Amino acid sequence: MAITLKINGENTKIDAAPGTPLLWVLRDHLKMTGPKFGCGVGQCGACTVHFNGTPVRSCQLPHDEVGDAEITTIEGKEGKAANAIREAWIAADVPQCGYCQSGQIMAATALLEDNPKPSDDDIDTAMTGNICRCATYMSIRRAIKDAAKTLA
Amino acid sequence: MLPRFLSPDTADYAATLSIPPLSRRGFVKASGAFALGITLIGRMRAEAAGSPLKEVAGGDATPSLWIAIEPDGTVKITCHRSEMGQQVWTSMAQIVADELEANWEKVEIVQALGHPKYGDQNTDGSRSVRYNFHRLRVAGAAMRTMLETAAAAHWGTTLANCKADQNYVLRPSTGDRLSFGELAAAAGKLEIPAEADVNLKSRDQWRYIGKEIPSLTVPLIVRGQGTFGIDVDRPGMVHAVVAHPPQVFGSVGSVDDAAALAVPGVMQTVQLPTPEAPPLFQPLGGVAVVAMDTWAAIQGRKALNITWQDGPNAGHDSDSYRELLQENTRNPGAVELDRGDTLTALSNAPNKLTAEYYVPNLAHSPMEPVHATAEWDGDTLECWACVQDPQSTRGVLAGFFGIDPDNIKVNATWLGGAFGRKSKPDFVVEAAFIAREVGKPVKVTWTREDDLQHGYYHAVSAQRLEAALDDDGNCRALLHRTAFPSIGSTFNAAADQGAGFELALGASDNPFEVPNLRLEVGKAPPHLRIGWLRSVCNIQPAFAVQSFADAMAHAAGRDPKDYLRDLIGSARIIDPNTEGATYPNYDASLEDYPIETGRLTHVLDKVAKMAKWGRSLPKGHGLGIAVHRAFLSYIATVIEVKVTNDGQLSIPGIWLAMDAGTVVNPRHARAQMEGGTIYGLSNALYGEITAKNGAVVQQNFPDWRLMRMSEAPRAFEVEIIDSTSRPAGIGEPATPPAAPALTNAIFAATGKRIRSLPILGPTGETLNLES
Ligand code: FES
Ligand code: FES
Repeated sequence: MAITLKINGENTKIDAAPGTPLLWVLRDHLKMTGPKFGCGVGQCGACTVHFNGTPVRSCQLPHDEVGDAEITTIEGKEGKAANAIREAWIAADVPQCGYCQSGQIMAATALLEDNPKPSDDDIDTAMTGNICRCATYMSIRRAIKDAAKTLA
Repeated sequence: MLPRFLSPDTADYAATLSIPPLSRRGFVKASGAFALGITLIGRMRAEAAGSPLKEVAGGDATPSLWIAIEPDGTVKITCHRSEMGQQVWTSMAQIVADELEANWEKVEIVQALGHPKYGDQNTDGSRSVRYNFHRLRVAGAAMRTMLETAAAAHWGTTLANCKADQNYVLRPSTGDRLSFGELAAAAGKLEIPAEADVNLKSRDQWRYIGKEIPSLTVPLIVRGQGTFGIDVDRPGMVHAVVAHPPQVFGSVGSVDDAAALAVPGVMQTVQLPTPEAPPLFQPLGGVAVVAMDTWAAIQGRKALNITWQDGPNAGHDSDSYRELLQENTRNPGAVELDRGDTLTALSNAPNKLTAEYYVPNLAHSPMEPVHATAEWDGDTLECWACVQDPQSTRGVLAGFFGIDPDNIKVNATWLGGAFGRKSKPDFVVEAAFIAREVGKPVKVTWTREDDLQHGYYHAVSAQRLEAALDDDGNCRALLHRTAFPSIGSTFNAAADQGAGFELALGASDNPFEVPNLRLEVGKAPPHLRIGWLRSVCNIQPAFAVQSFADAMAHAAGRDPKDYLRDLIGSARIIDPNTEGATYPNYDASLEDYPIETGRLTHVLDKVAKMAKWGRSLPKGHGLGIAVHRAFLSYIATVIEVKVTNDGQLSIPGIWLAMDAGTVVNPRHARAQMEGGTIYGLSNALYGEITAKNGAVVQQNFPDWRLMRMSEAPRAFEVEIIDSTSRPAGIGEPATPPAAPALTNAIFAATGKRIRSLPILGPTGETLNLES
């Protein structure tokens, strides 16, 4: 049954089997491949999108339970915090392979939107759900702080 | 709509794959319009008359193979290696663009198809820069010379009066200049110069090599752009996942797919052929579920009702296998290296020290599990996949399907991490097989469960070290026994022990200046697919030998760093071949890349200084040190740990000194040092793949655990030794010293010696501090 979801500010019609997680709707149906598949069990954060501004695991969210919430993916995420994060990411070359990074950026952006001056401990708490096998953690921590400075 | 991923042989590939001039301004979508005016410098000439640069050291340096300059001055550089986060797009481009005198803002990357014309494309072994440094410099310099020659002809002057400079050729005496874009067509008609007529820049003229040039991929990544294996889309494409047999060489007894076919979106199932030994890069067999989307395929797989037939590995169990390996190191093995008379020295020794070490099987677990898309058109096949070697993938496909390689195109996408897993193209063959059965383009997704349960694992190993110590605690003799299933067993069913090429990774090149040294290897029959994982067999000897050095220092009552330095001894060059070993030296000559013990002690001294080795530490803190040569680079690591009374472990700081010869991009080299170290630490702390009844037990991240942000060190300092030596490996060599530096630090902090990995395991929260 087709339903309509609000994704990156646009009403988007979706015709997927009931219960299909948002991740696969985004990737396979809407060809929005920014959110990645890393585990499918809510453990890695590669699939992170914003649900009314809050980072969620799209692999764990049935698309037919989204309702009228606003979904934002890396492709559509804009705003001061997002841009500061992107610039800091580019300035420091944070990503290695990049596969986890859309999730990292969505998590880091939500952190800064919520807390413009995060401490190391705040960063650990906000970011520890996002695994990076390339281990860009040290760069991520530095870049979040750099981004925070530009927002100050 | 354009297909999302096009090959360089497709007319408008530039529209999707090339990257815009790199600036901090952000991403601008490249226009496909200029593709019409493309000028491939020298290509016609090179192909008609032959190129004098076909056999430059490292391979073909014919400029047209690597560089195309368009009328608008865009410089397209072909990258024949796979981008997996090591920033090979950037490093290859830095080398070419520097010698070419290209303006960096004009550089775009074209990802090469797999083809023998590029020479080696196997992006593993930490050797992209090492293999290609010289020939890409020659290619860039040759094209620069042709552009200068074309300008000289235009102005009616001599070559000496023309000088390439940032996408222009200048004539300083008159102030005239012509752009590369204006000169491209004329330059393309010129003879390609011979290597002797090409002037490479001197080091002090380098603009890009050795500089912190920003990544060419990052501006795309931060927008969720770029195409990984999982992101490939083709018109009419369907999705598949495969239920693989639980054991290697297990097979499908019977299958009832009625419930699977009833899942909405599921289209059909396909039974795959059961492979025969050895594993090679054959698909594992099983049953594929083909569906409209990935989720439906996964649900369909769950609904399959398969009775599996046990294969020859059914009895394999990690617990009993560990005992077998340990037993095989308690008895003499085949001698791989023999110096002096170790056995006599050991039996006469006043003091002896013995220790046993264990490292389990490990899984690569790149964040992107393997993915491949295959599309047939009659007898021709095109694949898009996250492969480390598109060229060998093409060969494997040709062999499997019995078709001419010229009828196969393999596109390497970006790789979401690889670490050795993606140089085994079994998953691409799987996709091609299913696509042929289905008659549509098929993308095969490996879930995390597939990735962990059906990999090519890093070999489990047992090791035993015995030392004869004199009255001052100095090591007079060292016996090192090791047993691990060989990578060779993946290619040869009869291979039942570690081979010389594997022992040459950190075991037979033991740098200790001890009068008696003996390396023996014991039997280890294979039961899983064994592969190479970041730093390969260096992992186990570095852990054992560097841990044992620390233990010997403790037995001697000496400082571990000083003791380790004395073990390495004088600055000299060693050659394991002279002591019975087979030593390929990472496929480099020992003349070009000798084993220099002085470089080991240099990084050791350097890192000790960085970490302020010997400083007084708070209670519960300890420093551990390790040094290792791998992939022709020399790395020393110091780790500081903090262990609370109840065994909570954290890592406040890491210091690392690296001598990798000439470094093309220090910023990205530092990232590899951090990443390689954490990779080693994560595996050492948590990583363990085990088998029961031949099947891998671990399924997903809850039971295969990786280091997370909150566990990562707050301080990580890397120092790169300034060097004019030839470039050596960067991607892997930081991994081996990480584990022993950590366990040595834990010993320093707690007195607890860890000889068996993992330290904590998937569920462990605290160290068991009882001895
Ligand atoms: S894919 Fe969703 S958390 Fe891993
Ligand atoms: S950058 Fe590769 S997994 Fe994070």
